[in-house]
Amino acid sequence: MTIAADDERLKSRSRLRSALVRPELGSICGAILVFVFFFAIARDSGMFGLQGVMNWTVVSAQFAIIAVGACLLMIAGEFDLSVGSMIGFSGIVIAILSVQWGWPVWSAILVAFLVAIAIGALNGLLVIRTGLPSFIVTLGSLYVLRGLTIWLSILTTQQTIIGGIAPLAEGDWLAPLFGGKAFSGLFVWLAENGWTETYTRGTRTGQPIIDGIPMVVLWALGLIIVAHIVLTRTRFGNWIFASGGDAQAARYVGVPVARVKILMFMTTAFCATVFATSQVMEFGSAAADRGLLKEFEAIICVVIGGALLTGGYGSIVGAALGALIFGVVQQGLFFAQAESSLFRVFLGTILILAVVFNTYIRRAITGER
Amino acid sequence: MSPLIEMKNIEKHFGPVIALNGVSFDVRPGECHCLLGDNGAGKSTFIKTMAGVHKPTKGEILIGGEPMSFQNPRDAMGAGIATVYQDLAMIPLMSVTRNFWMGREPVRKVGPFRFIDFRLANQVTMDEMQRMGINLRAPTQAVGTLSGGERQTVAIARAVYFGAKVLILDEPTSALGVRQTANVLSTIDRVRKSGVGVVFITHNVRHAMAIGDRFTVLNRGQTLGTAKRGEIKPEELQDMMAGGQDMAELEGSLGGTV
Ligand SMILES: Nc1ncnc2c1ncn2[C@@H]1O[C@H](COP(=O)(O)OP(=O)(O)OP(=O)(O)O)[C@@H](O)[C@H]1O
Ligand SMILES: [Mg+2]
Repeated sequence: MTIAADDERLKSRSRLRSALVRPELGSICGAILVFVFFFAIARDSGMFGLQGVMNWTVVSAQFAIIAVGACLLMIAGEFDLSVGSMIGFSGIVIAILSVQWGWPVWSAILVAFLVAIAIGALNGLLVIRTGLPSFIVTLGSLYVLRGLTIWLSILTTQQTIIGGIAPLAEGDWLAPLFGGKAFSGLFVWLAENGWTETYTRGTRTGQPIIDGIPMVVLWALGLIIVAHIVLTRTRFGNWIFASGGDAQAARYVGVPVARVKILMFMTTAFCATVFATSQVMEFGSAAADRGLLKEFEAIICVVIGGALLTGGYGSIVGAALGALIFGVVQQGLFFAQAESSLFRVFLGTILILAVVFNTYIRRAITGER
Repeated sequence: MSPLIEMKNIEKHFGPVIALNGVSFDVRPGECHCLLGDNGAGKSTFIKTMAGVHKPTKGEILIGGEPMSFQNPRDAMGAGIATVYQDLAMIPLMSVTRNFWMGREPVRKVGPFRFIDFRLANQVTMDEMQRMGINLRAPTQAVGTLSGGERQTVAIARAVYFGAKVLILDEPTSALGVRQTANVLSTIDRVRKSGVGVVFITHNVRHAMAIGDRFTVLNRGQTLGTAKRGEIKPEELQDMMAGGQDMAELEGSLGGTV
């Protein structure tokens, strides 16, 4: 009887522990801290009003979109440093095709996706075929792509910024999927009932200030949900973990490691292009220097989210929380009227803290005895 | 009884390195065939050709008398050849269940989607581990928290569950203490009794003598011969592994199979 009781206690304790020892732990704590902090210092700045919330939600969503790709790829054991260059590249491709060549915007978007995904596949193939670290291969593509982007842009327009996309996107069937807003009816209704603010001056008087959920937020949510389910619930997800955990071991039991990794490079490229397209639609222009440093920001989100740089461990939910922390801090500093360069200080610090914390978690998982 | 798998004059070259230089070997149902040899003798390379990881440079592989050529480990697994590697093929950060089913996850259909059937997967994992004498705390426990012997057992249980006819174990006991070694040896015995042919690789003669039905010694990529249980003394095996200096003397005791 006593033995059984002892056993029970052991079980419940380890259950508590296994509930705690999970990749998202750090990012959950981080997110709570960040919210408490900004609630304390910037409560009256409007940061937590509808407009403020929408502001940091959009920024977080943008981070989340590229973080999802980077997270899957990192769990599969690889990096992609060319994400930022890919963002600039896809944007310029859309702009050149639609503005310069006069293609319909939807076809420009589709071609940009195809080209980007093909480049992602090429990154993956190079990594697999050469056996080089993806760090090196994609560092190469970081430079090649950025250089090509600037060159292409100057070659066709003598400029590095190509504008004039907004009028072309008008009436296009695909463009609103990236640049539009959803649930506008709901927000008009909210405003009509006086629950949300409306413009009181200018040409848009009477219209709600927040007139819908930007599509970029829906993209982020969609990608997070799909990626999370695929990763944790499906066979392919298990292969992603296995490929990053130990590629050789995975190969031994018949996991198609090369295919998994190449697909993850393609997914990263897809996410970068979603980001690029929604930016192009938002600004109505493309610029050759867009996406600078995004690859590192994506990686930091993922690491804050508890993924190990060595692969095989991580969480989409964690990466999404990492992106939320990012968005809240970046915009929060703005609301608190702090020096925006402090954001970089914060990034560097939290990255190091996150890695230290993750290393501890990893020990707790593998070295309990 | 006719062999499950026969390897005839297998050669394997890695560029200028001749890792295997004409190795012949077979496994019969219900036996434990020990493959002995010193470090670098070519044991791992040999079983990797048997498991479809390497393609032999020369030589023949017969399964149930039919010539076969494996393109990849999947082919070999399809033919009932399962391997537990020296470096284990377990992923420490993943749960026991995820490791157990890796590459062959059971799926459940929900509309057009297919998800891993975790309820089934967890249940089978717990049952199979129990059968091998290991009580898991939970199937979600990370493999990294298991001891070396327990990990070997997960790997063996996995292979047996997936219908291995030939089970290859590459030095399963090399990193284990006395107790855990005994556990693994008794697992081998259990597996053998169910009719599976076991290939047990070791360079510990005592472990081999404790369980083996037949013994084959590899040295510098060549077979020095195969002996049956009772036909050879531990000291003789030891000498052969060390380099076969006393070949002439040993030839007699090996029954001329050298
Ligand atoms: N992929 C490879 N490329 C080149 N040489 C190899 C390769 N694999 C094995 N070898 C060589 O083949 C020889 C046999 O190696 P193998 O790993 O089969 O030895 P082993 O008998 O398993 O040794 P141990 O007891 O240390 O595990 C060694 O000299 C090794 O260096
Ligand atoms: Mg070996």
